[in-house]
Amino acid sequence: MSTRTVAKASWGVGNTIIILVALVPVLWLASLSFKDPSTIADGSFLPREWTLDNYRGIFSTDLFTRALVNSIGIALIATALAVVVGSMAAYAVARLRFPGKGVLVGATLLIAMFPPISLVSPLFNLWRQVGLFDTWPGLIIPYLTFSLPLTIYTLSAFFREIPWDLEKAARVDGATPFQAFTRVIAPLATPSILTTAILVFIFCWNDFVFAISLTSTLNSRTVPAAIAFFSGASQFETPIGSIAAAGVVITIPIIIFVFFFQRRIVAGLTSGAVKG
Amino acid sequence: MAAITLEHVSKRFADGTVAVNDVNLTINDGEFMILVGPSGSGKSTVLNMIAGLEDISEGQVRIGGRVVNTLSPKDRDIAMVFQNYALYPHMTVRDNMAFSLKLAHADRAEIDSKVNHAAELLELTELLDRRPANLSGGQRQRVAMGRAIVRSPQAFLMDEPLSNLDAKLRVQMRTTVARLQNQLGTTMVYVTHDQVEAMTLGDRVAVMRAGVIQQVGTPEELYERPRNLFVAGFIGSPAMNFLPATLEDGRLHTALGDVTLPADVRSKVQQAGAGRDLIMGIRPENFEDAALLNGKRDEGLTFSAVVDVLESLGADKYAYFHLQGARATAQELEELAADAGTRDAPGGSDQVVARLDPASQAREGRQLQLWFDPHKLYLFNPDNGAHLTL
Repeated sequence: MSTRTVAKASWGVGNTIIILVALVPVLWLASLSFKDPSTIADGSFLPREWTLDNYRGIFSTDLFTRALVNSIGIALIATALAVVVGSMAAYAVARLRFPGKGVLVGATLLIAMFPPISLVSPLFNLWRQVGLFDTWPGLIIPYLTFSLPLTIYTLSAFFREIPWDLEKAARVDGATPFQAFTRVIAPLATPSILTTAILVFIFCWNDFVFAISLTSTLNSRTVPAAIAFFSGASQFETPIGSIAAAGVVITIPIIIFVFFFQRRIVAGLTSGAVKG
Repeated sequence: MAAITLEHVSKRFADGTVAVNDVNLTINDGEFMILVGPSGSGKSTVLNMIAGLEDISEGQVRIGGRVVNTLSPKDRDIAMVFQNYALYPHMTVRDNMAFSLKLAHADRAEIDSKVNHAAELLELTELLDRRPANLSGGQRQRVAMGRAIVRSPQAFLMDEPLSNLDAKLRVQMRTTVARLQNQLGTTMVYVTHDQVEAMTLGDRVAVMRAGVIQQVGTPEELYERPRNLFVAGFIGSPAMNFLPATLEDGRLHTALGDVTLPADVRSKVQQAGAGRDLIMGIRPENFEDAALLNGKRDEGLTFSAVVDVLESLGADKYAYFHLQGARATAQELEELAADAGTRDAPGGSDQVVARLDPASQAREGRQLQLWFDPHKLYLFNPDNGAHLTL
């Protein structure tokens, strides 16, 4: 065997191991979600008896369906706001010289480093005072705080890559700075904006710390928090099957999100703009 | 269409560097004006200030009589072509060209007719639905021009539009640009560092150095009567040869031999108040192979040198040779050498080049008798670079 085939084979083996390590827990979760409560602890990888009872169960309660609606709504709104505000901020950071830019960028980084858990009790008190406790904005605002640094950093790096001449050309062609941004720069940055959107969405979707502490009712409780409130048929029974089913259900939007946008993350969208 | 006037225009950057220093320039309506100079001479900054892409630190820029200092680019009604084309990659050729018209809310029929007309002019009709990524360099260049043309602007600004093309295409596009400007008759400001482009395209040429305009004139004026050492060295290809010369009793001692200066030249040099040490300039095309001369040999001066390298281009032959003590030094010459990248090259500045008739029998490594006409000499003051025989 030549060294090349050896290298290829070892890459293949390595990749397979990594994929298995990543996928087995997910498959185990899926398997649990299809098991009957009586066979849930049998340790078999494939369910002996397939059942959809767990799924029927979680969708028959308000607890889960309302949480799902909250999760989707809050994550989508937070993502949209983060991307719109973040891309404009990133554009300013990448293109403009303004006083205090260094401080702004530094502060953004600082926030990204800040441990969210330390904000929980102050926010809890503050939100109760101002009436944001257990509301959608009450979660959207902290999500924005922690996703904007990410957005600004990744997008400003990408905006810097877009040739400045494109913007100058647009300005000379009669565009206002805002039009130059929306009609020339933003379309070119779409792949990276979508990538950032996925990351922000996953962050909001998965968050547990804020969701459990800043909500108290079905008004705004999201799925990760709601799962903690699942109960079994009796108090001696752990609702493993329901939790597994809920886990599978909330994984699906993420998978759809990634698959949907992955097709748009086309490398080389900017090729042809300038002599390369 | 409009005239463009620059009055005492300066550009100072935040860190204190002066990129453009007190530039005064009038570009007449319909004129093809070239800004030429080595990199860093401020020519692109001047162009950007006319376009409104750079703030003007001092002075006034007027387009068609209107002061545009504070107007944003979109309100100046000018079109610009960039060195790297700057086509919008996510739009087709048609949309690229129509972009400015769409922004101006022109109606569809008008957009279509203007885009089609421009495409015809530039032979882009078949490419209208392609994306820039699927075009060759020359085609992209033409799209960039088309984008400028559709607007029928007051003026075209071109920032080294041909420098990314390969040599053959560049010559072809040069004629396209010239033809286009003739057809449209629009005022054009064209920035280049290529003096051949400057000489062949421009109605007038402004030579810039370190943010200051050195001379403005027709290509012939710049070639025949350069105002200083810098312009003399920059215009012409191959560049003018510069040799140190000493003036003594009306005779010029040079590495080429002693030259008796004509009386009028002598009085001009005296009037200029230059010292004894001068720099003599002679263009390669003013040398001739002495063996090919018929009769006029006595009117000029003959010297002999060993040919180091002979380049035969078919229509011309270039003979390169070294002469003892032929290295002239001046600030301007250093800059020119640095720009051409020949400062550190072996045999750079004390090398002399002569353009010979193709019938010349010169051989590498052999002695060659060369002749030149002392009336075609240029004399410069080495201290300030001023041309003394103007």
